[in-house]
Amino acid sequence: MNASPSYWSFFAEHRAEILGATADHMMLVVIAMLIAMAIALPLGMLIVERPALRALSMGIANIFQTIPSLALFGLLIPIPFIGGIGRRTAIVALVLYALLPILRNTYVGLSGIDPAVLEAAEAMGMTSAQILFRVRFPLALSVILAGIRTATVITIGVATIAAEIGAGGLGTFVFRGVALVSDSLILAGAMPAALLALLSDCLLGLLERRLRVA
Amino acid sequence: MNAKIESFSGNLIEFRDVSYHINDIPGRAVISGVSLAVPLGETLVLLGRSGSGKTTLLRLINALYLPSQGEVLVEGRPTAEWDVIRLRRGIGYVIQEAGLFPHFTVAENVGLVPSLEKWDRQRTTARVGELLRLVGLDPAEFADRHPRELSGGQRQRVGVARALAADPAILLMDEPFGALDPVTRTELQKEFKALAGRLQKTIVFVTHDLREALLLASRIVLLDTGRIAAVAPPQEFLRMDHPEVRAFVASLGAVPGAPV
Ligand SMILES: Nc1ncnc2c1ncn2[C@@H]1O[C@H](COP(=O)(O)OP(=O)(O)OP(=O)(O)O)[C@@H](O)[C@H]1O
Ligand SMILES: [Mg+2]
Repeated sequence: MNASPSYWSFFAEHRAEILGATADHMMLVVIAMLIAMAIALPLGMLIVERPALRALSMGIANIFQTIPSLALFGLLIPIPFIGGIGRRTAIVALVLYALLPILRNTYVGLSGIDPAVLEAAEAMGMTSAQILFRVRFPLALSVILAGIRTATVITIGVATIAAEIGAGGLGTFVFRGVALVSDSLILAGAMPAALLALLSDCLLGLLERRLRVA
Repeated sequence: MNAKIESFSGNLIEFRDVSYHINDIPGRAVISGVSLAVPLGETLVLLGRSGSGKTTLLRLINALYLPSQGEVLVEGRPTAEWDVIRLRRGIGYVIQEAGLFPHFTVAENVGLVPSLEKWDRQRTTARVGELLRLVGLDPAEFADRHPRELSGGQRQRVGVARALAADPAILLMDEPFGALDPVTRTELQKEFKALAGRLQKTIVFVTHDLREALLLASRIVLLDTGRIAAVAPPQEFLRMDHPEVRAFVASLGAVPGAPV
């Protein structure tokens, strides 16, 4: 693909549309990420002490992750309430994809803490809740954030495909571009999406390094 | 709890025919048939080879483990009947690997139990400063550091200060001077002995070093594969002819120039 001057002029002419689609795209990602975190963070805390629930929930999250995104959208459409054409179905699919990285890292972070530290906490008479929120959680924070970062990047990418089921966002340009064999249209969707992914990766990576302990 | 313990006249800690099996599997006894009483103010040293059950015995005192058989009494009450949080807040514990909280500063580590006990800031800060000076660390220099910015020996000192923070009547110490060079180790042992004399605590101190045991103990308990092989004050201990005692005494002689 050659990013010829025609591409730049195309970009300039359709600036408003592209910015609008970028905003829609970010909205999709933010909503999906918030829901995924609301599910995966507490679940990750819960499975630290419960091996059976851990195997089950990680197994399920893993299955969603292995289904190709187009297939997952397709599978969701006929399901009542969560399915159909549009944003809601797209968000459900994005949440399902984001679950595993957050869940896995929350569990790994919380369970990978120096046993001597946990023993000290217990021996000093901290309650289980105090150990979780004052010791485990702060020590696991950078690992958990790494999971959130991975999930965010995945979600930004998968969200482009969500345009296929009418969810809007930057994917709209990509699919239209593919249909019309127009490089400019494809790039108008792909470039901002790639930039979004890079930017969130960098920012979250920065935050993660700042929160790392020892 | 402190007020209660000070008025307590019997044995502060007592093991009554205690056995402990890993995961309650009878075949895997780590502690077998231990009976032992620790009166107020004693410095009891648990001596034994690696794997003899020293750490396990300490963990039975603060209810990190509950006995599979028999009972462990603290202040005359079985650990199984204690509110474990209350029990543990009244027992200082220095663990083998220091176990400092890496995300807390030195001051926050030392002030943890006071903060859990909801002391006000001023009182906690004063207490932390007092304790750091007590273990030979200048608060101005060390209070705001994180554990990763300390040497191994300094970490162990912080571990000791942290265990003393809420002025517990009982102090459990698991090889607190393990990671130190011989010179610093000897210094800290002497400081600790002086400290123990002043603080009037009941101390259970774990070591595999007979010399350390002889220096610090009011009584030495020798553990051998989870059983008590011998109990005696230091001088008497040296004269006992139990084979495991002789093995430890022989190890003293193996060090050139060691005073026996
Ligand atoms: N969670 C556990 N699972 C299985 N075995 C254990 C467990 N905890 C301790 N043991 C075993 O119990 C025995 C006593 O362990 P303990 O930690 O009390 O020894 P120790 O005297 O403190 O040794 P060291 O001087 O090396 O610290 C050892 O043989 C050890 O392998
Ligand atoms: Mg040990």
